[in-house]
Parts: sequence; structure tokens; C-alpha cells
Amino acid sequence: MTAATYTLSDTRTLLQRNLVHALRYPAMSLSGLMMPLIFLLLFNYAFGKTLGAGIGGSYIDYLAPGMLIMTATSSMVSTSVSVCTDMTGGIVDRLRTMSISRFALLAGTVLGNLMQTILSMIVLLGVALAIGFRPHADALEWLAAIGIAALTAWALTWVAMAMGLFAKAPESASNLPLPVILLPFLGSGFVPASSMSPGLRQFAEYQPFTPITQTLRGLLLGTHVGDEWIQAVAWCVALTILGYVAARRLFDRRAEA
Amino acid sequence: MTTPSSAIAVRGLRKSFSGKLVLDGIDLDIRQGTVFSLLGPNGAGKTTTVRILSTLSKPDAGQAWIAGRELAREPDAIRAAIGVTGQFAAVDGLLTGFENLVLMGKLHHLGKRETRQRAGALLEKFDLAEAAGKSLATYSGGMRRRLDLAMTLVGRPRIIFLDEPTAGLDPRSRRTMWQIIHDLVSQDGVTIFLTTQYLEEADQLADRIAVLDRGRLVAEGTPAELKQLVPGGHVSLRFADVAELDLAARTLRAGSRDDEELTLQVPSDGGVRSLRSLLDELSLADIEPAELTVHTPDLDDVFLALTDHSAPPAVAPSPAESPSPAASPSPAISITETGAGQ
Repeated sequence: MTAATYTLSDTRTLLQRNLVHALRYPAMSLSGLMMPLIFLLLFNYAFGKTLGAGIGGSYIDYLAPGMLIMTATSSMVSTSVSVCTDMTGGIVDRLRTMSISRFALLAGTVLGNLMQTILSMIVLLGVALAIGFRPHADALEWLAAIGIAALTAWALTWVAMAMGLFAKAPESASNLPLPVILLPFLGSGFVPASSMSPGLRQFAEYQPFTPITQTLRGLLLGTHVGDEWIQAVAWCVALTILGYVAARRLFDRRAEA
Repeated sequence: MTTPSSAIAVRGLRKSFSGKLVLDGIDLDIRQGTVFSLLGPNGAGKTTTVRILSTLSKPDAGQAWIAGRELAREPDAIRAAIGVTGQFAAVDGLLTGFENLVLMGKLHHLGKRETRQRAGALLEKFDLAEAAGKSLATYSGGMRRRLDLAMTLVGRPRIIFLDEPTAGLDPRSRRTMWQIIHDLVSQDGVTIFLTTQYLEEADQLADRIAVLDRGRLVAEGTPAELKQLVPGGHVSLRFADVAELDLAARTLRAGSRDDEELTLQVPSDGGVRSLRSLLDELSLADIEPAELTVHTPDLDDVFLALTDHSAPPAVAPSPAESPSPAASPSPAISITETGAGQ
């Protein structure tokens, strides 16, 4: 076998390990689902009528894409905590003294957590559909919507990896993603940014989750998607690069601790 | 610089963490198929040495060759030749014992059948077969440590680093671990680099011992050589009262006295002849000691003499008492020369 196939097989082995962890400790794996799920039900049933009247149209249609993105952000906690727990547990030190590529060590964890996040998003979508979410997307728009949702999850998983590697203890690893989790509130997650007070509106318009949510919403509802999608993709690519570079450096630096 | 028979060769290794010097120029030569023990108190730099030699950490200066490969140039080739069992069991707590071993087998690309065979054999050998399918949450400290070592052995490493492998284990688990390490060397011919703060452990297992203190090697040699470097043992005599003690001290004109404990320590090789002449001398003066104990030098004496920071380095090797005038030359100085000459 060549180095490349070793890397591939090591990635698969470590991905399997990550998924076995997820199965044995499901409370952690699906913890990212709880918050958006509760908000989905709460906002739909408690505030949905009023908010829907304000926005115009069915509120669940507005809310569901935002909660899908929120699932990706709140899943960062379990990624960050699981990475940090792994790093502090000694097993990663063992893996580093073995002839395993650094890429495989990170990729196995990233892919495992990404799969958990995407599974959470699928469950949330299912619940949203069950309580009245009615997307109007054609096949191509569905494909693009899945693409942008997966890209967001991918980017945030790398950022969460970096956070988990940065944190000294699992407790702080669970707190680091909180600011990111709050961002959908201050964007177009629940209500349009245009309805906010001027200062907040400006912030909302320039933060990553507004164009990402708007793009997903536009694709799923079959409404017009402007050049927001370019911003959304650019943000995802930027966050991925930032997360990857930071994770790589933090991972190497941890050796010196 | 390095000979083919050296499994590990180290020259001038230095490392500091945020300004604090942890390793201050370490030189080592470890022959293949031997057990080498790095002995030292907490904070001496043992774990740092292991982390550097096992590619986890980079030295600030110095060179090292492991399995004939240079550490700075070919860390990956070194990783393929070594196995590491650290101070804290590096096992996956959410997998079973068997799964942990299979994980190692896969990462060593052993193939399905060999992985299962190897895992089964190691579980058997390390007395873990019964617990193989159980979650690690049910494992005792000793079992986790054995599993840890078993995981290290899956890839058949030629050089094994054991960083305080028995720290925190009960005496029985410690003995089991020692037996396992013994067997590894005698049966498989691997080289073992062992760190420990237990002198007994180094004495039991090691072919050669180096004493590390505050980042420097203060002595190196076989256990027997190290013991010889400490000037002899002593006889401790206890008396009924101070008058007797006074009399004995005047008669023997040697040794150090402790008025509170009513003891007198006299340098002695502990042999029958010297004991007889000592007792003869006392009985001539009509002195009857209440108690007599013979102390032969052990590694404790070496260790304490070399690493005692509170006393000057020339202190005699007896663990508790002040130096006796007869307990001749400064052991630390003669030993340091030996270490530097290696």
C-alpha cells in the first residue's frame, strides 16, 4: 500500500472509532439537536401566528431554514467537547507516536462529527416537515440547498475542531462555541434583519449567518436568491480555511504541552 | 557518532519550557535488547525525555538517533519502530478492551485475521481475556495499564518507552507488570527505555540505570556499579542510655551519634568478620548495645545521596543521619565523573 492509501484507511479507521463513540454516547451526539428543536416547536406554536402575520406568510416556512442552520451551530458544542476530551485523554498522544498521518488524525474526527451534525439536521428537517413546513424547491434547488447546508456544517465543524483543540478542559470547550450559536438570533434566523433596529440591522447584514440562512431559505422556498449565495459560499470557505489552519496549528502545538 | 548496536543514542539534549530549563544536556547510549532505566524524582525531566524521544515534543538543542534513524530528520520512520506507554493509560475509554487492540491492529495495517489473532493472544497473555468484551469503565487501574501495554505491543515495536508504567499500581499489579516487562526482553529481545521513581523497580528490571536530577544526569551505570559508588553500608547500634552511648562513641572513635534516638552509626561493610571485631571491641569496654541493625547499601542510598537538595552533595549515603567522619569521599563527585565519561 502507498502512503495515500494508508492515509485513506487510517481516516476510515478513525472515523469508525468516532462513530462508535457517537453510538455509545448518543446523548452527546444528538445534544446539538435539542436547542433548535425546542425553538422550532416553541416559536412555531407559541409565537408563530403573530410573527407569521408580521413577516407575511406561514411562519414555519420562514423559521425552519433558520433552525436548520442553528442545528449546525449548536452541534459545534458536541464536536468541540469530543475533540477536547479526546486530546486530554491520552489516546491521541498514543496515536501521535504511531506512524499515522496528521491529516488522518484530524479528518477522522471531522468526518465523524460532520456526519452527526448532518444527521441532526435531517431529523430537524423531518420534524419541521411533520409540523407543516412546506418547501417549494425543484430538484436542482433541493440539491443546492443540501449543498449549502452541508457546506455550512463542514465549515462549522472545522471551527469547532479548532475550539476543542484550543480549550484546556472539556468545560471550556463547551463554552467556546456559544457566541457562534447566538449569531443566528442576531441574523435572519427568526425574523428578517430588515425588521431590526438600525445598529443591530447593520451587524445582522454583515455577519455570516444572514446570507447563509437567506440562501438556504430562498432555495427551499423557491423564492428569488440574489448574490447572497456568493457571500454565503465565501463565508463557508473562509470559515473552513480559518478552522482548518487553526486546528492544524493547535494540534501540532499541543505536542509541546 | 552512533554505533549500530545502539538502539537509542542521545547527544546534548536540551529543553526548556517558558524559560524554565527542564533538560540540561543529556547524553545516552542504550544498547539493543537491554532495559535502560531513567531514575529520578518528580519533575526531574523524565517524562520530557520520553516525550522528545518518542517524537511528541521537539528538543531545543541536541541530537538523537532511535533505531538508527535521526530524530530530527525521520520522525515517521522512528514512529514505525517504537511503542510508547505513558504515565496515564492511553486507552480509549468508550471502547472495549478487544476493540482497543483491534483499533491498534488496523492502524498498524495488520490485516483482519492477523489483527484478531494478535488481539486474542495479547488479551490472553495479559490476563485480560475474560474482560475482553467489557467496557473499560469496569476495568481496574492495573487492567487499564496492562491493556495500555498490550496496545503498545500490537505493532511489535523494537523499542518500547515505558513512562512510569507502575505509578499508582498496587503491589500485586506492580509485580505482574514487572514480570511482563521481564518476559518482553528475554523472549522478544526488545529494547526498553523505562522511567521510574521507584528504585526497587529500576533495580529489578534495568541492565543500566541513569539518575536524572533537575535536568542533568548525575550518575550512570549498572545497578551494582551504582551501589558501589556509595561508600559502604553501616551498622546502627542502639543503647540503653546516654552514658552507654558516650562510652561507645569514645571507644569506637567513629560514626555519628544521635542523642535523641540513642543510636550510633558506624561505617561497616556488614560482613561477619567486621561485625565480630566491632562487638569484640564493645565487649572489651564492657558495653552491651540494646539493639544492632546492619544496613547494606541499596539504591535508596545512591538516590538520596545524589538527589538530596537540602544537604551538600558530599553527604554520606545514610538516609536519615548526618555524615559520619569516616564515611569518606564525596560520592557525588566521583559519580558525576563516571556519568560524564559514558
